[in-house]
Amino acid sequence: MSTAGGPDDWRRLDRGTVLVTAAVMAGLACGAGVPALLALAGSMPWWQAFGWVAAGALVLIAGGAGADWLRWRRTRYRIGPERAELHTGLLLVKRRSLARERIRTVDLTAHPLLRILGLVKVRIGTGEHTGGGESTLELDPVSRAEGERLRQELLARRTVGVPEAEREGTLATLDPRWIRYAPVSFVAPLLGGAAVGAVMQVSQWFGVQTQLIDWVGERVRDTPLLWTVAVLAALALVAGVVGALGLWVEMWFGYRLEREPAGTLRVRRGLFTSRSLSIEERRLRGVELVEPLGVRLCGAARVDAVATGLVKDGEDKNADHRTLLPPAPSPVADDVVALVLREPVPPTSAPLTAHPRAARSRRLRWALAASLAPVLVLVVLGLCLTDVLVYAAAACAAVAVPAAVLLALDAYRSLGHALDGDYLVARSGTVRRGTVALRRDGVIGWTLKQSWFQRRAGVLTLTATTAAGDGAYPVYDAGEHEILDFAARAVPGLLESFLERPGEPGGHRA
Amino acid sequence: MTGEGTVRLRPPNNTLNERAVAWWRSQCLLTTAVPVAVLAVLGAFIGPARTWLWFAAGALAVLGLAGTAFFPSWWYRVHRWEVTEEAVYVRTGALWQEWRIAPMSRIQTVDTVRGPLEQLFRLATVTVTTASAKGAIRIEGLDHEVAAALAEQLTRITHATPGDAT
Repeated sequence: MSTAGGPDDWRRLDRGTVLVTAAVMAGLACGAGVPALLALAGSMPWWQAFGWVAAGALVLIAGGAGADWLRWRRTRYRIGPERAELHTGLLLVKRRSLARERIRTVDLTAHPLLRILGLVKVRIGTGEHTGGGESTLELDPVSRAEGERLRQELLARRTVGVPEAEREGTLATLDPRWIRYAPVSFVAPLLGGAAVGAVMQVSQWFGVQTQLIDWVGERVRDTPLLWTVAVLAALALVAGVVGALGLWVEMWFGYRLEREPAGTLRVRRGLFTSRSLSIEERRLRGVELVEPLGVRLCGAARVDAVATGLVKDGEDKNADHRTLLPPAPSPVADDVVALVLREPVPPTSAPLTAHPRAARSRRLRWALAASLAPVLVLVVLGLCLTDVLVYAAAACAAVAVPAAVLLALDAYRSLGHALDGDYLVARSGTVRRGTVALRRDGVIGWTLKQSWFQRRAGVLTLTATTAAGDGAYPVYDAGEHEILDFAARAVPGLLESFLERPGEPGGHRA
Repeated sequence: MTGEGTVRLRPPNNTLNERAVAWWRSQCLLTTAVPVAVLAVLGAFIGPARTWLWFAAGALAVLGLAGTAFFPSWWYRVHRWEVTEEAVYVRTGALWQEWRIAPMSRIQTVDTVRGPLEQLFRLATVTVTTASAKGAIRIEGLDHEVAAALAEQLTRITHATPGDAT
């Protein structure tokens, strides 16, 4: 089974890590050294200042590299037939070992420095929720060939039992035109705001913030205030769009979704930092088709994996660890869903059962409450203080109420659930519409919730709990009788004994 | 869509121990007593704001006492649980009712917890977790002997089930 040598086949990380650390430290030294040089040159001859700074830099670089060399000396790993082990630590030796049969993911990432030296960082995960990162081994770094070997060896063991693929090889590759969906995501306004914040922050560091504001004020002295605000907002938005485009290129350059012979899905992408994420298909419990509002209006969708054992911590908080396809035109997304799940038709486009009208009234009521509450506050304040606020309230109501009502109607239209073959399909949301197709055998429990208002309206919320993805996928505000029948059919034998069907003989229980 | 008619969930078979009502009452009383006492003491020391502070303390005390009198007996009526050969089934909540069902084959751990107040009333809480991060089931206010027997029964059944329950 193992292609590695004997059981004593301990290996070291790649020696290049010392070089990488030295380079990082050198960068750090330059960044800190230039301001220090400028400051020192004021009080002593420049060659003397240079000497001091150079000495400091040397100490920093040597210290960092030395520490990393020690770490390299003390770190060993071994992939045995049963377990993957890692020993590390200088004084306190840390031993971590994972059972090979529990390993679910092997992810390779490489930032630009590592790429130049032909190295990768390997994360081996079991995806158990034990907390404290105990279930992850990190090899930082090994050579690219070694990383690839580890990935294949650790994930390739269970070739038997996986149904032979209808289609192996590449499932999707990047189409550069998809970049048009980057600016419509929520990243753009956020980055715009961040750009303005950064300009203010940097100007404050150099103590020129007031001058900056004065300078801007000078430029726009003759223009009306409204124009100024509009122009500044537009500038921030342009900055945000540029940022979003850049981020998209960095994240998705060279994107490729492949299926490997052993039943593993692999996503490769990244311009500067290259990433390779592998998901065992045995761990896949379904997929989620995600359509944020802007992306949806452009007729596109993103595909996320719903799998157990995906790493959720650390650098990638925004869940792009599970993204199988970046926002792409809907037909492409549907194709990818079908290919990933090995279904002839994508379950996510199955016809859905609509929810009762009560769900619509509930959403309309929330929308009105949410949009009228600030208006009411403004009106009360306006009556007490000044008339201007009353006009502001009127303007606010004129904008917010229709928008909220539209969103509420759309949210109701989005609601739906269905059973399609092996999958339970549920859709909800308007700002982020998500359609999840969850394998019925991946459902490991039900939660049903009904508030007092829901009881009066005859609806309830069914939540399917699962070991994968978010852990729970809800069907909001479905008809209370229909949804119970639905849940009973979705997972036979689980809910049935807790139901009563008064219409049937013998179905009634005291 | 045949025969869906008026399907509903039947309530689980077992109620909690009657002492749970007293336990909830003492919990309510404690959570009311602490802020009321703080306000009252502050009122005693801060002369100018005395009326307001004592008024707030009084209002809080009335609300707390009303809650103590009213909610625990309601909770006792709605909280129910049941364990069959196939699944654990629990109903909780008064205004926000909640039914949770976990199949035996997917249960990973069974914990019994007894807080200080629970020990006083000889009660215990059984927590049943599955592989889902959001699928844990808690049965509060069980007689401690019943809880221990239940935990043992669940552990025995789940040990007999193969697989890693995901």
